[in-house]
Amino acid sequence: MSDNAYKDRIPVSQQALVIENNEPEKIGGTINIEINGTPYKVPFGMTILESCKMHNIHIPTLCFHEDLCIAGVCRICLVEVEGMRTLQASCAYPITQSIKIHTSSEKVRKARRHILDLMISDHYGECYSCNRNNNCELQKLAKEYGVDFYRYGHVQEPFYEVDKSSYSVVRDMNKCILCRRCVRTCIDLQEVGALDAVNRGYDTKITTFLDKPLAEVICINCGQCINRCPTGALRANDPSDEIWEAIDNPQKHVVIQTAPSPRAAIGEEFGLPAGTSLTNELNTALKMIGFDKVFDTNFTADLTIMEEGTELLLRLKSALVDKDPNVKLPQFTSCSPGWVKYIEHFYPEYLDHLSTAKSPQQMFGAVIKTFYAQEENIDPANIVSVALMPCSAKKFECNRPEMDSSGFKDVDYGLTTRELAQMIKEAGIYLPELSKSKFDEPFGEASGAGLIFGATGGVMEAALRTAYELVTGRPVPFENLEVLPCRGMEGVRQASVHLENVKPEWSFLEGVDLNFMIAHGTANAEKVMEALRRGELNDIHFIEVMACPGGCIGGGGQPIPTSLEIRKKRAEAIYKEDEGLPIRKSHENPHVQYIYEKFLTDGPCGHLSHKLLHTGYVKRGSYIA
Amino acid sequence: MLVSEINTLTEEISSLVEKYGAGRQSLLPILQEIQIRYGHISDVAQQEIARLLDIHPVEVYGVTTFYSFLNTTKRAKYNIRLCKTISCDLTNKDGIARALERELGIKFGEISSDEKYSLAYVSCLGMCDQGPAMLINNQVYSKLTPRKVVEILDQIKGR
Amino acid sequence: MPILNKAIVFKQENCGDGLQKALNMKPIDILFAVRESGLKGRGGAGFPAGSKWMLASAAQSDKKYVICNADEGEPGTFKDRLLLTEFTEQVFNGMTICGYAIGAHHGFVYLRGEYSYMIDEMQATLQQLHNSGRLGKNILGSGFDFDIEIRLGSGAYVCGEESALIESLEGNRGEPRNRPPYPANTGYMGFPTVVNNVETLATVPILINKGVDWFTSIGTEKSRGTKLISVSGDVDRPGVYEIPYGTTIMEIIEMAGARDVKAVQVGGASGICIPEAELHRNISFEDVPTGGSIIVFNNSRDMLKILENFMEFFTEESCGQCTPCRIGNKKLLDGVFMIERGECSVQYLRELISLGETMQVASKCGLGQSSPNSFITIMKHFGDEILSKY
Repeated sequence: MSDNAYKDRIPVSQQALVIENNEPEKIGGTINIEINGTPYKVPFGMTILESCKMHNIHIPTLCFHEDLCIAGVCRICLVEVEGMRTLQASCAYPITQSIKIHTSSEKVRKARRHILDLMISDHYGECYSCNRNNNCELQKLAKEYGVDFYRYGHVQEPFYEVDKSSYSVVRDMNKCILCRRCVRTCIDLQEVGALDAVNRGYDTKITTFLDKPLAEVICINCGQCINRCPTGALRANDPSDEIWEAIDNPQKHVVIQTAPSPRAAIGEEFGLPAGTSLTNELNTALKMIGFDKVFDTNFTADLTIMEEGTELLLRLKSALVDKDPNVKLPQFTSCSPGWVKYIEHFYPEYLDHLSTAKSPQQMFGAVIKTFYAQEENIDPANIVSVALMPCSAKKFECNRPEMDSSGFKDVDYGLTTRELAQMIKEAGIYLPELSKSKFDEPFGEASGAGLIFGATGGVMEAALRTAYELVTGRPVPFENLEVLPCRGMEGVRQASVHLENVKPEWSFLEGVDLNFMIAHGTANAEKVMEALRRGELNDIHFIEVMACPGGCIGGGGQPIPTSLEIRKKRAEAIYKEDEGLPIRKSHENPHVQYIYEKFLTDGPCGHLSHKLLHTGYVKRGSYIA
Repeated sequence: MLVSEINTLTEEISSLVEKYGAGRQSLLPILQEIQIRYGHISDVAQQEIARLLDIHPVEVYGVTTFYSFLNTTKRAKYNIRLCKTISCDLTNKDGIARALERELGIKFGEISSDEKYSLAYVSCLGMCDQGPAMLINNQVYSKLTPRKVVEILDQIKGR
Repeated sequence: MPILNKAIVFKQENCGDGLQKALNMKPIDILFAVRESGLKGRGGAGFPAGSKWMLASAAQSDKKYVICNADEGEPGTFKDRLLLTEFTEQVFNGMTICGYAIGAHHGFVYLRGEYSYMIDEMQATLQQLHNSGRLGKNILGSGFDFDIEIRLGSGAYVCGEESALIESLEGNRGEPRNRPPYPANTGYMGFPTVVNNVETLATVPILINKGVDWFTSIGTEKSRGTKLISVSGDVDRPGVYEIPYGTTIMEIIEMAGARDVKAVQVGGASGICIPEAELHRNISFEDVPTGGSIIVFNNSRDMLKILENFMEFFTEESCGQCTPCRIGNKKLLDGVFMIERGECSVQYLRELISLGETMQVASKCGLGQSSPNSFITIMKHFGDEILSKY
């Protein structure tokens, strides 16, 4: 599949300047330039900003984000290039000549200060009442440039109404500085197209189609825009006040499930480097805060593997043995609620391809208010079920009306990594220094397979570990169970596993190549869907799609900032944790075996599973009335 | 909108897409033709154009709102746009504005209740040597005087 | 519409058949001729046309485009309206010559929406050119193919900026691009594109027909040829005047019948304000460069009201993309209002002028860079008068 399909859609002005062949020896090698009087060598075609970064010369940026194409609109990264009348945006200026650059001349400092003053004059709100206080790029720059008064005045009254319509994303355009990172995220990175710049001149603003509330448009709630917003203009819908209230209410039994990705990232909120897993410290903290029980979402991730894997094998059987022409293959994973809403909006005709298995969060929700309530003899009406997720779309997911198979709202609140970190800080706890403790029974520790769900390719890898062994009786043929073709950060990956010497009951799979694909970020999902539509994926059996780049570790509820480097480190942390676990296959999780013995007695995809652990989807379409 | 109206609109847009090509570069000509035919580009039209050009509706909305001559809401039959730029301003644009408001009984930025007239300002029309100037739909009128404005409006009213 | 003085370049009876002559030349010779002539862009920025053409000619690509920038939106400018009605054929011929020189086979005229009433006649002229073999396949038997398509703008001043114009043609918001890369290299749909002003292109056939030596004999050392000037405001005979570069502002406004002059705005809203004492300055790239707008203000005019008009214009017409232009122009406009209310301290006025200087160097495109010009120059020359009045 070519990358060009979506590139054509990006306005040329916003496409990154790509020098096709950047091997220096082929296009003239390096160039000698001078930065602030010191000579440097830089590769031909590299931007001034990159060159300066390479040589540890700091240039402030706002509209620049390394995940996104170049905009060159905020103008804060201006530098002086000798011989040019105007200042140049260093993010957008490729060096193709031997130039002399000044990054901090009087002219540059004055211009930057003015630009900053202008932004601040148009930015409503006081820092102390902002959810991005202390993690705001505008605030940081204001400090860096010693802003101590409002040179061009300050907005006294909010101009825009805050859009709180969405369960997931809150838009406060009063704080928007029009850097357009969200636009580039939504259109280019995610191919969703919920946000764009409208109007002209001073009236320009970022908004939705026809200025509709976010909940009424095709937003998939992925929250990638939040992760890339430099200010507090975009934030997640924070339920922590309600959660505190539940904790403080002695009548309520408050349980929390924690997903692996927040555990691998929450340390960043406490100043630790990316890639520090704090799973067991977090268990301690959650108890200190007042949660009655702390469970591991990986338990239901293992359950998901059992259900979704069984579903796949059943689909394969229908296709290969019963020759049922109506069976839908490839099967898509359904654990990413952003992806689910994406396909509901943009490819509703393919909803039958989506596994009916609920996401781990929702499976746990259903299990807690049924099986757990029963085992522990608690009235499910008194259970408040919280899910710590790396994700803003999970907030929407738990509010989907059909998510009540326990007879109650299965999951009451989806809480993001950032919001929990805030709660922990509010409780006066410094997370990294806490002692470690274990997850609570009856679900206890889960397998490493459930854990790696957090990284793109993880669901596939976990599924293969179980499915291969189920079918052949042998472990998946990869050293140390590391199914390497599933790993990595490439947008769309494809691989296959050859099945041979299968168990007699799976004889129809003898000699079959199990073909699978992995995509992360909905722009990549779009490429997959278009290929499917063109009929190019007929021999693919299983496709994992995660709405967010990098998978859940790059989710819209994760600590800000984000970058490829950070996402890689979080993924490494998850893979490392998996490596050290005693159980690394979902079907070997004793608690999973126990729940099928005691509760879901007719097995995976059985009657009760279907009621509690599976769901249906809505053909939303993309038309906005 | 009625389903039949939507179908007609879709057909119309399809034929425009055929005429100009299915690439995004056809967006402006298509918007312009829809604007002329319907006096505005409705939300349905925006979404149909987006669908047929394979771009996001919000992008069509962004483009439509960028250009002064494209509207997303219904306009009057006669859109009167008075040039407010400096040369016309120097030649008594304000007098013409008052005359227009008096004659039509509406203020600038408003539409008459019968949806026949709308009054708006516009940036330079390039008639600076013949100011004051105004556009009524696509027709330009120059060297306006309050008396001449009344005559022009009378002509229109007669239509 | 008459050109009131003795036209030099734009005399219909004298324009000859530059297209025929050009097609008998080698493309490279045309490129050299245009470069040698010193013809600079007539839109205002004054980039040498020859260099632009050579860059586009040198760019390796199977497709190239010629765009005639007819998005004449600068307040006080209407010379392109004249060229497109009276000299339509000459404009098209200029485009064809450019296409021939750089190896393009497709041209666009980006006509501002405000001029849409002219499109029928222009289409008719295109048809005539087709019928007479001067456009289309195998033009005048030369084997060269060239076609011209007219596209309309929809009311956005910023689309006169060449990269915004290209964005608009591509179906986007008319937001200027980052440069480099320049359109001559990466223009319409990513292909090498020459964007020239109507007047630049209309000059080309005559330049080719009459020769480089004739052309360079007109004007000044650094500003060859003539310039069409649109004169409006407080004059008896507003209109388009063709002048050789180097003509003083005084001469021009006297031709147009100006009396009792207080100041002259050269270059429209984005231009500069010249006080009466400086009217001896001349129109040329070395002294006062302009896209061709001269607006005369007599002694009865309130310069602050004029400035308010300009700043309102930019607050609306900025594309809204970059910070200095989007918010900066609003701050300057607010400043004008503050002065009107008598609330603007001299210190704050200095801050605003300093802001204007930042906008001149920090904005993304020519619109933002030139938008504070009138604020700065009017305040420089009439600041005292304004502050003592309000």
